[in-house]
Amino acid sequence: MNFLLEIRDLKIEFESFEGTSHVLEDVHLTLGRGETLGLVGETGCGKSITAKAILRLLPIPPARIVSGNILFQGEDLLGKSEEEMKEIRGKQIGMVFQDPSTFLNPVFTIEEQLVDVILSHKIRDRSNIQAKGLDRRGAVKRAIELLREVKIPEPEARIKSYPHEFSGGMRQRVLIAMALSGSPQILIADEPTTALDVTIQAQILRLINELVQKHGHSVLLISHDLGVVASVCQRIAVMYAGNMVENCSTLQLFKRPLHPYTQGLLNSILTFSKREATAQGIKGMIPDLIQPPPGCRFHPRCLSAMDVCQRGKPPSIAFEEGHWVSCHLYRK
Amino acid sequence: MAEYLLEVKNLKKYFPLKKGFLQGKRGSVRAVDGLSFFIREGGSFGLVGESGSGKTTVARLVLRLIEPTEGEIWWDGNDICKFSGMEMKELRRNMQMIFQDPHSSLNPRKTVFRSIAEPLTIYEGIKGRRLRERVEELLEIVGMKREYMFRYPHELSGGQKQRVGIARALSLHPKLLLLDEPTSALDVSVQAQMLNFLETLQQRMNLTYLYISHNLAVIRYTCNTVAVMYLGKIVEIGETESIFSNPRHPYTRALVSAVPLPQAEQPEKMILLEGDIPSATHIPSGCRFHTRCPEKIGAICEEAEPSTQVFLDGGQVDCHLYPVVGQKGIVMESYLNDTLYRGKR
Repeated sequence: MNFLLEIRDLKIEFESFEGTSHVLEDVHLTLGRGETLGLVGETGCGKSITAKAILRLLPIPPARIVSGNILFQGEDLLGKSEEEMKEIRGKQIGMVFQDPSTFLNPVFTIEEQLVDVILSHKIRDRSNIQAKGLDRRGAVKRAIELLREVKIPEPEARIKSYPHEFSGGMRQRVLIAMALSGSPQILIADEPTTALDVTIQAQILRLINELVQKHGHSVLLISHDLGVVASVCQRIAVMYAGNMVENCSTLQLFKRPLHPYTQGLLNSILTFSKREATAQGIKGMIPDLIQPPPGCRFHPRCLSAMDVCQRGKPPSIAFEEGHWVSCHLYRK
Repeated sequence: MAEYLLEVKNLKKYFPLKKGFLQGKRGSVRAVDGLSFFIREGGSFGLVGESGSGKTTVARLVLRLIEPTEGEIWWDGNDICKFSGMEMKELRRNMQMIFQDPHSSLNPRKTVFRSIAEPLTIYEGIKGRRLRERVEELLEIVGMKREYMFRYPHELSGGQKQRVGIARALSLHPKLLLLDEPTSALDVSVQAQMLNFLETLQQRMNLTYLYISHNLAVIRYTCNTVAVMYLGKIVEIGETESIFSNPRHPYTRALVSAVPLPQAEQPEKMILLEGDIPSATHIPSGCRFHTRCPEKIGAICEEAEPSTQVFLDGGQVDCHLYPVVGQKGIVMESYLNDTLYRGKR
């Protein structure tokens, strides 16, 4: 199978004052063309680190990529030079961040910021330099088009505004427009709706869904909210303490969650539709990644832990078609 | 003994907007704009709304941390707006607040022991071994080991910090706990534990809860009565089940339908609201929801502020969809309209 993006056995460590933190361990992830993949997990499980590693945005040091590959269209991103990465960031892989207010510069108008991004894409596109030149007016036009695409009302007038004149939802729309400006193949959205209210969240999720349908982007959506992921993604990957524990289709995940952590996560969700049973929660706390538990990292909190869980790393098992789980319970 | 532990009548809080140093008032932010509700002893009351709807202002008003512009707050049969500072101090023992962010509500330079002991020394003047015993007892109630007593907040996890906050709030045997987004800073797996713990605590210590949250699932999980706020006003009040299974106000309907469900099949129909919440400085005329309402019925929504309709099941809605039948203030027959209305959809 040919994947657009493939992460193979990625291992990342962070050097800190207290010791080496084993932040990601043997993370394996694939994203096909036009696929929408959700990355789910609790705080500190390595979701954002994975996303930043793809775009090579991790600060090195303290971060250190110990081993693994990140293949984008068959080429390893980890071997690329910084110049080559600039070609890829924004143009091939766009990213939307969690907090829309910190990613817009408060002293420039939306127009200036969007046009900057569009022009920088054009400069990089060397074949275009002679053909179109640095056409500022064209860039403004394109910016307005983009704003219209993300459904900002009256884009011609609003483009002159400063970020503080926009609400949180509108700012997130601007960031999505920015991410789309280079017509990337992959859109990475890191908790795009966490800072927003539910009604605004619903609007943004609808927008992402529409854009994906229209342009056929591949999407990597990172969220701690299974509801958000379920409403956008076809596949879901669950992470725990730097490990990928389960990877399957959205349907499979809710129908038959295999990993005890996934089951615990689903049990802790307050079922909004009806209060049938008390939500369980998962006992204990997320482990310290400087000294992660030996064997399976989830075993201290796992209800079905066995002896083997303390000793060996669970292998990734293909339980059924398109459903992988890393757990000793399913070893044949 | 009054019928309700806490009753709020037509509460208003306007924050003045000043133009410059000398120019004086320019307008006001109508953060809370005519709110009435009551909480029975032992009940759990939930205030839901989006950011900027005035939920937290309500909590601060109830504690009289800020003075209301207008309205009454009745505590156990007394209007506390007329209380003096000393009386208020005594009263605040009975109502304690638990804050949203456990990281910033604990002093980083105080150990767990000192944080919990502080209200005890201020109000009860306990010292020495008795103080230590009380703190130990409180830590036990919130399910924390004794060894955490001399730790500093940075050594604790988010859930543990929240428990310390609860222990501190419980130290003076309050009757009412105001919980302002108690779980929004916590991870899902911890959130469920925390809410279950709060529920057992309520039964054990006979507490009354006022939950404030933007998270509808949390409110549904914990409260018997829910009030939905929009731009400083309650648009709908009712029993939790009836609000969530049969929301009457268009805003409640949109809010309920906007929550993404953790399940594979997403509902086909979703009510999507246009635009953002208007600013509280320029509240729309008539019904304040009319600018975003998907079920607007006409000019009346823009012109007249809807009055409160009381339904047979005790639910109250402020919306023109349910026309006034009979006299104002009497139980309305609009329940019939409601069933008719639903039949039509």
